Amino acid sequence: MIDKYTWYEKIGIYLGIFVFLSFVLSPFVEGFLVSLKPLAQLFSSPYSFWPKNGSFDAYFTIWQTVPLLWLYILNGIFIAGVCTFLGLLMIIPAAYALARIEFRGRGATLSGFLMVNMFSGAVLLIPLYRLMRETGMLNTYFAMIVPGTAFILGTGIWLLRAYMLRIPRELEEAAFADGASRFYTFRRVVLPLAMPGILIAGINCFLSVYAQQFIYALTFNSKSEFMPLSIGLFAFFGRQEVAWNELMAASFVGITPVMIIFFFLQKYLVAGLTAGAVKS
Amino acid sequence: MNVNRSAAIFAWMLLAPALIYVIAIVAYPLVDTILLSFTDTALKKSVNWVGWDNYVRIFKSGFEVIILRTIVWTFFSVSIKMIIGVCGATLLNAAVPGRAIFRVLTMPPWIVPMAIGIFMWGWMYNGQFGMISGLLQRFGLVDGPVAFLAYGSTAFWATIFTDVWIGVPLVTLYMLAAIQSIPKDLYEAAWVDGASRLYRLRRITLPLITPSLITISMISLISTFNSFDIIWILTRGGPSGETTTMIIDTYKTAFGSYKYGEGSARVVLVAICLSIFCFFYFRIVNKLSASQER
Repeated sequence: MIDKYTWYEKIGIYLGIFVFLSFVLSPFVEGFLVSLKPLAQLFSSPYSFWPKNGSFDAYFTIWQTVPLLWLYILNGIFIAGVCTFLGLLMIIPAAYALARIEFRGRGATLSGFLMVNMFSGAVLLIPLYRLMRETGMLNTYFAMIVPGTAFILGTGIWLLRAYMLRIPRELEEAAFADGASRFYTFRRVVLPLAMPGILIAGINCFLSVYAQQFIYALTFNSKSEFMPLSIGLFAFFGRQEVAWNELMAASFVGITPVMIIFFFLQKYLVAGLTAGAVKS
Repeated sequence: MNVNRSAAIFAWMLLAPALIYVIAIVAYPLVDTILLSFTDTALKKSVNWVGWDNYVRIFKSGFEVIILRTIVWTFFSVSIKMIIGVCGATLLNAAVPGRAIFRVLTMPPWIVPMAIGIFMWGWMYNGQFGMISGLLQRFGLVDGPVAFLAYGSTAFWATIFTDVWIGVPLVTLYMLAAIQSIPKDLYEAAWVDGASRLYRLRRITLPLITPSLITISMISLISTFNSFDIIWILTRGGPSGETTTMIIDTYKTAFGSYKYGEGSARVVLVAICLSIFCFFYFRIVNKLSASQER
């Protein structure tokens, strides 16, 4: 009863949602239509929204224009995947310690990890560049993986800790009382129970690295074979005339794999927001 | 006592990998930046200690304009994100058929690589052939083509608009989660008492989501302040520096002119601004983590 809407309220809600989603999705719609238009139509006035003689040609020609496209796509996923894996190896034990063990300096340590988020992106680029150069990591996958991993730790620990706080303590205490070692309890009792939380933290880490690879790849790597999608396609802007239809076609091909994976995992993504956002 | 001690040792063992990593990749570079900022490090071999010279030079070159621009840019971007995000969350919370799919459709700008979304905006802003200029002309709102990225004033708002577009999904879903965590019986009680929908929104929803709104706006503030990709891809800080925020400015100094020393000094100033935000951020985070443990 409380959720019953009158007809004009319903129209208002749908209209509002329509305007909101138009804002969110219009670049994708326009981008897709651009990918179907021949260049001659793109560079003609007046502007026309619908393609004339639209075709999927660009989706075939991109494989010649961007010969490494498949590699760029895989690189993007590979870099984000390795960052997530390395990140989780550090996040899981740290989150457990911060959620369960009482020790001096716990609050400060948690704050310290969250503070790392302040320096993400371009802030530490100069010293990181020097560090990469001195350790010989420039122009390798590590140049993108090493800084990428650092900046997911804070959020990852925060999310997983929030999840672990909600797991009942009794099971651990029982195992501990039975004489199991701390490490055994952690590995055999806590880890299985925390699996959904680990998944939530992992997916959030993956997406945040995946979405923000641009700057490290731009600055620390100049080898085409290691480039992630965003930088590989940025090269379109270096040419005489930007072939927008091919750029859009390549973008859509490039984002499809992760879009599909995400579609199946979106509930964990939203769960991550809920866990981090709202007190239980 | 002994048990506590061994627990503490175990805790630090578990924390060690993450701590060591953060010290090596974040804390050490931070210290390095501060040291570099007092030198004239550049491409040349010799490095000299120059004291406060870099800072003096920065403030003589009209740096306050860049600080002010960054604050204005960040302020508008974050506020617009919050307004659209809260409106979007309220709409997506309405119990109408299809809302599950509407929620999924909100996410794409957040889950594609940022740069890809920005490429699309780059085309939409194109003056001669782009969609926005084309539609404005079609509806007779402007007389000729509008090259959004070619003029300082329009480029400034165009970059803000794109930043809003990238940030809105996260804010919307975060606020939606906050709205959904409000106990249903509050609404039912108000409803029984005859409170209107608008009244319930104003008197129940808005006050109860305020803590979440503060948290997400702080998170958003930091990432907006550090925003690099959008401006770099769309305008590279131009035209004539009018979209150069502090972060873009450090990048141009360090990797455009190879003045690592002076660039570091500019980064230190960015870090000082961030620490001021930081201070407020942690007061909020501490309150929240305390409430999590309860």
